[in-house]
Amino acid sequence: MIETSTLWTVIIVLGIGSFGLRFVFTGLVGSRAMPDWLLRHLRYTAVAILPALVAPQVVWPVATDGVFDIPRATAAVVTLGVGLVTKNVLMAVLSGALTLYGLLYLLG
Amino acid sequence: MTSTTRKSPYREGIIDSSPFILLIIPFATLFGVIATEAGLNVVETMAFSIVVIAGAAQFTALQLMQENAPTAIVLISALAVNLRMAMYSASLTPYIGAAPLWQRALCAYVTVDQSYVVGISKFEREPDMSVPARVAYFLGAVTPIVPLWYAFTFIGAVVGTRVPESWALDFAIPIAFLAMIAPMFRTAAHVAAALVAVLVSMLTAGVPYSLGLIIAGLAGMIAGAQTELWLERRGAKV
Repeated sequence: MIETSTLWTVIIVLGIGSFGLRFVFTGLVGSRAMPDWLLRHLRYTAVAILPALVAPQVVWPVATDGVFDIPRATAAVVTLGVGLVTKNVLMAVLSGALTLYGLLYLLG
Repeated sequence: MTSTTRKSPYREGIIDSSPFILLIIPFATLFGVIATEAGLNVVETMAFSIVVIAGAAQFTALQLMQENAPTAIVLISALAVNLRMAMYSASLTPYIGAAPLWQRALCAYVTVDQSYVVGISKFEREPDMSVPARVAYFLGAVTPIVPLWYAFTFIGAVVGTRVPESWALDFAIPIAFLAMIAPMFRTAAHVAAALVAVLVSMLTAGVPYSLGLIIAGLAGMIAGAQTELWLERRGAKV
């Protein structure tokens, strides 16, 4: 059982802390110019962080208790491949979903 | 061109992030279910989702509290999971840093993985957007996401039934993000950044507090920046 006081401490401090992390640069730096070297790194934030966030979920899915899963891995590759070729998000999502459910049905 | 400029950026944002609706519903419902199973009442569960508004960090905090971890550890772990938000904030600053403070604060509150990826890919694609248009677009992008995050946390808490595991909705998140990222690979530097980040994320998967993700992200950003410099130098020579 979680103590009520612990819970509210966590909700409030985590809320403030999360907002702080989200606001730290947009809030404090604002419109001030950032150095070129920093901007050069920041250009790659999305293409670095998001694949890094997804990669372990693709290779070691939580739903299979971390066991490599052919339907999920194939669906990931198809999604990325279709996205790269067509540059169309919806097309990529649909191809990935179709691959996932198709293979889950065939192999499951 | 005229047709895209005439469409309101706010509505464009809504349309571009609408694929995430499918993803946020099971995820929010699951939080509602797990929170009530952990003994939280509806008010506490809703406060959690509204105040913190960060899926993965909320799950982390909840799990550690159930394991009776010290409060400091709960907070450190959950904030570490959210550390990537500071990187999102830095990456958004060149685009929306000139907006009024209250707008930046509002954007900060609703910065989640989904709104960030939708927003940043648009801002990179259309560098001529005005700052107010960017803010409107960003707020549009959270409009289908955040209210549903609240609503389905509530439904999960009250109804208490999860989406069946056989629906494999766990994999909606990787598919959605991969589909969003793919069109962002415009140069060899983007590809290098992603490859290095992925490789390092696998190698650091065992690092506690999800800090592997931050290490991987930084490694990828350095790889991207260095590749860009290298390409520039090579281009200058030709």
